[in-house]
Amino acid sequence: MTFARRAFVVVWKDLLVERRSKETLNALFFFGLLLLFVFQFALGPDRERLAGTLPGLLWLGFILSGLLGLGRTFVVERENDCWEGLLLAPGDKSAIYVGKLAGNLLLMLVIETILLVLFGFFFNLDLTNVLPALAVVIALGTVALAAVGTLFAAMTAQVRARELLFPVLLLPVEAPVLLATVKATEAVLLGETLGSVAHWLKLLAAADVVYVAVGVLTFDFVMEG
Amino acid sequence: MSSLLGGVTLAGLVAGLVLGFGIAPREATQGNVQRIMYLHVPSVWVAYLAFAVVLVASIVYLVRRAESADRLAHASAEVGVLFTGLTIATGSIWGKPTWGTWWTWDARLTTVSILFVMYLGYLLLRGMIEDRERGARFAAVLGIVAAFNIPLVHFSVYWWRTLHQPPSLMKPGPGTMPGVIVTALLVNFAAFTLLYAYFVTRRARVLRLEAEAEA
Repeated sequence: MTFARRAFVVVWKDLLVERRSKETLNALFFFGLLLLFVFQFALGPDRERLAGTLPGLLWLGFILSGLLGLGRTFVVERENDCWEGLLLAPGDKSAIYVGKLAGNLLLMLVIETILLVLFGFFFNLDLTNVLPALAVVIALGTVALAAVGTLFAAMTAQVRARELLFPVLLLPVEAPVLLATVKATEAVLLGETLGSVAHWLKLLAAADVVYVAVGVLTFDFVMEG
Repeated sequence: MSSLLGGVTLAGLVAGLVLGFGIAPREATQGNVQRIMYLHVPSVWVAYLAFAVVLVASIVYLVRRAESADRLAHASAEVGVLFTGLTIATGSIWGKPTWGTWWTWDARLTTVSILFVMYLGYLLLRGMIEDRERGARFAAVLGIVAAFNIPLVHFSVYWWRTLHQPPSLMKPGPGTMPGVIVTALLVNFAAFTLLYAYFVTRRARVLRLEAEAEA
C-alpha cells in the first residue's frame, strides 16, 4: 500500500468510529455551548467589551475544545484495545501520524464551524462579509494546532497524568500560533484585507510547515515502545 | 578535571564581578542599576546556548541512542531553565527602577517567559515518565519541537511594540560602548559559559551515577 493509502485508511477508520459513536463530536458541541455561556457570564452584556475581546474568546474556544478533542486522539486506541493493532500497521509509522492529523483537522474544523455559528448567533454578529478571510486564518491556525497536538497526544497517551501533561506541554509551544491567529482574526473582523496581516499569515504558514515536518520525522520515535 | 573547571569558573566569575561592579564606569543616566547588565545579558546567552545543546543532544540521542547524549540534554535543559529564570529575575530587578515596573509584556520579556514555560514543560515530561528509555525518547522529541519553535516565538512576539532597549553588542555599525565596559561584559560572558559547562558536567555525572545505582 502506498503512504497516502495507509494514511487514508487511518482517517477512514477514525471517521467511521466517530460516525457510529458520535461521542467526541457530541461532547465537544456541548462543551462549546457551555464555553459561550461562561464567556457571556464572565463578561456581562456590554456589547462593546464583547466585540473587543471577540478574537481572543474565539481562539480560546477553539483551543480549549481542541485540547479536549486532540487529547483523545490516541487515548481512544488504548481504551478500545486497538493500540497494538495500530502499531502493527505495515510500513513506517508516519502514515499513522498523517492519518490521525487529517482526522483531527476535520474534527477541529467541524467544531470551529459550529462554534463560529454559535458565536454569531449568541453575540449577534454578522460574519458573512469577513468569512472568506476568516476561513483562511482559521485554516492556517488549525493546521498548526492539530500538527503539534497530534504528536503530543501520541506521547501523552503513553504517560500517566496525561490529562494534565497534554495541555501543559501544548499551550507554551502553541503560544506563537495563538498570538498570530488572534492578531490576524482581530484585523479581519475589523474588515481589513488579508494583505494587511500578511506577516501573521506567513508566520502561520511557516509554523504549519515546521510542525508537520517535525511531526512526520519524529513520530516513529514516539510509537516505538 | 571537574575541580579544575570549577576553579577556573570561580576565578572568571570573581574577575567578572570586579570588572563589572568595580572597574567599569557608572552609566550616566541609569546609575549603578545598569551594572546588572553584567549578569543579565550573559544569563540570557547561557539560556540560549543551553537550549541549543538540548536540540543537538536530542537529535544525537534519537540517531545513536547514546545514553550520554540523553543525560547531556537533560542536564542542559535544567541549567537552561535555571538561567532563563535568572534572566527574568535580573531583568525584573533592572526593570523596576528604569521602567518603573517589575513586569511588562514587552517583546523580549514575553519571548523569554514563553521559553521558560516551554522548557519547564520539558522537565515536567521527564519527571512524569518512570521508564528511562521512553522518557529519553519523548524528551528528545519535545526538545526538538521546542527548539524549532524558538524562531517562531521570536518573530511572533517581535511584532509587538517593545520597551526594551536595543541590543548593545553584535549590532551593525561602530559600537557605542567604551572599551572597559565591553571587556567587563566579555569576561562575564566567558565566566557564565564556563559556569554553564561546570553545572552541566556535574549534573550529567549525577544523572549517570543515579542510573548506575538503579541498574
